[in-house]
Amino acid sequence: MELILEGIRKAIWLLFTFDPEVLGITWLSLKVSGLATFFSLFIGISLGTVVALARFPGRRLVVSLINTGMGVPPVVVGLFVTIFLWRNGPLGFFELLYTPTAIILAQAVIATPIVAGISLASIQKLPEALRLQILALGATRIQMVRMLIREARLPLLAAVMAGFGGVISEVGASIMVGGNIKGYTRVLTTATVMETGKGNFDIAIALGVILLIFTFCINAILTGIQQRERPR
Amino acid sequence: MKMLNRSFLVIMALFVAAILAGSPASAADGKNLILATTTSTQDTGLLDLLNPMFEKKTGYFVKTIAVGSGQAMAMGSKGEADVLLVHSPAAEKKFMEEGSGVNRKLVMHNDFIIVGPPSDPAGVKGMKSAPEAVKQIAAKGALFLSRGDNSGTHAKEKDLWKKAGVNPEGQKFYQQTGLGMGQTLNVAAEKKGYTLADRGTYLSLKKNLGMDILVDGDKTLLNIYHVIVVNPEKFPKVNTSAARAYADFVVSKDVQAIIGKFGVDKYGSPLFFPDAGKPDND
Repeated sequence: MELILEGIRKAIWLLFTFDPEVLGITWLSLKVSGLATFFSLFIGISLGTVVALARFPGRRLVVSLINTGMGVPPVVVGLFVTIFLWRNGPLGFFELLYTPTAIILAQAVIATPIVAGISLASIQKLPEALRLQILALGATRIQMVRMLIREARLPLLAAVMAGFGGVISEVGASIMVGGNIKGYTRVLTTATVMETGKGNFDIAIALGVILLIFTFCINAILTGIQQRERPR
Repeated sequence: MKMLNRSFLVIMALFVAAILAGSPASAADGKNLILATTTSTQDTGLLDLLNPMFEKKTGYFVKTIAVGSGQAMAMGSKGEADVLLVHSPAAEKKFMEEGSGVNRKLVMHNDFIIVGPPSDPAGVKGMKSAPEAVKQIAAKGALFLSRGDNSGTHAKEKDLWKKAGVNPEGQKFYQQTGLGMGQTLNVAAEKKGYTLADRGTYLSLKKNLGMDILVDGDKTLLNIYHVIVVNPEKFPKVNTSAARAYADFVVSKDVQAIIGKFGVDKYGSPLFFPDAGKPDND
């Protein structure tokens, strides 16, 4: 118990003394996971919307695959991304392994099915009549899709939060594809694992607390936007 | 569907652009060095001291991937690392025989120790022979935590069991953590079990552990570190010049002196003993 208090004290101390290493790690975590979430939104929302609106054979299978993808262990994603990015692997010529970009890539792969799954569910939940009405008013298909996404924006914000929360807290993929390199690919979660291994439990707890503080702040902002207007 | 195709293309283009933008020129100009090493060199903090010195001196950027010696050599044998700093002599020899490495050099040593709870339920404290000690731990059925991760420490531990004539696999007293040295020590401390550790990691974690050194000083417990340059002829993508520079750096006189002093101020005794240039029997 004392250790936890010590860790919290340390977290506050590290933050308010602007410890350059901790600030660097925190900034990298936010940047990497933020970008990964951003990319996953493009792909995830598009994919979710297409699958929600289109009718094609094997659609159920695709939905099941997306829903399964929401629960794929990050470490499995990390393993596959590592193999692809190896120097002698299929994407080796990019020389991306052990770079922050590799972490963004892996995290985007993790977050995409989460975003796609929630988008799919929220677009599908919109009343069928709405679609017909929009089309009847003379909208093109593109305009209709845009309007539907706008209608579903509140649950879609939940997709953003779930995606971001999923990737900023994961460690397995980040440590595999990033390598936990000091000052370069060390993020809050991988640093926590390493400090635990070193027996520096107070610093490990402090890093955990910092992670929680930032995740909370970001979710609080997103929740604020989401709750500002109640869904009709 | 046409619209969707187009937006998909736009997204893919954005994605690729992001990937390209995110990878600085770094890769192409051969400034990166991938060092695959053991957890013990990272967990003791030795590399945090040495690598910035190397980077400053040579301008290379060291990417330290701290895994077990087994995994480090697996990376080397796929050409996925440039230089290795490892401590698993038998596996290293195999690695060299396969032609995966060139230029293997002795760097330093410390020793392995058998640590356990101060109460010492198996009564091994002060035993002179490490194989005898693990044999007694097995006979008493006292909990023994193994790394179980093909690391250099795990290889040494398997060697001890072999010398003791005991096969611990699957026995009740024997548990494998599959974790690094630091975490395995923590598990052992928590479960009041015995484990084999390198002295460096033990000393750097000692304050939180509440475990004692029970057996040390046996010749079989020597822990020897070598640096190996991954064979560039076998793997053309290896950054040889950087790898060779790193190997030369760790065995250089100045760095050897730093290794010999590392940890003295904090733990009262050095964590590693420099060996470069000494006859290499292993």
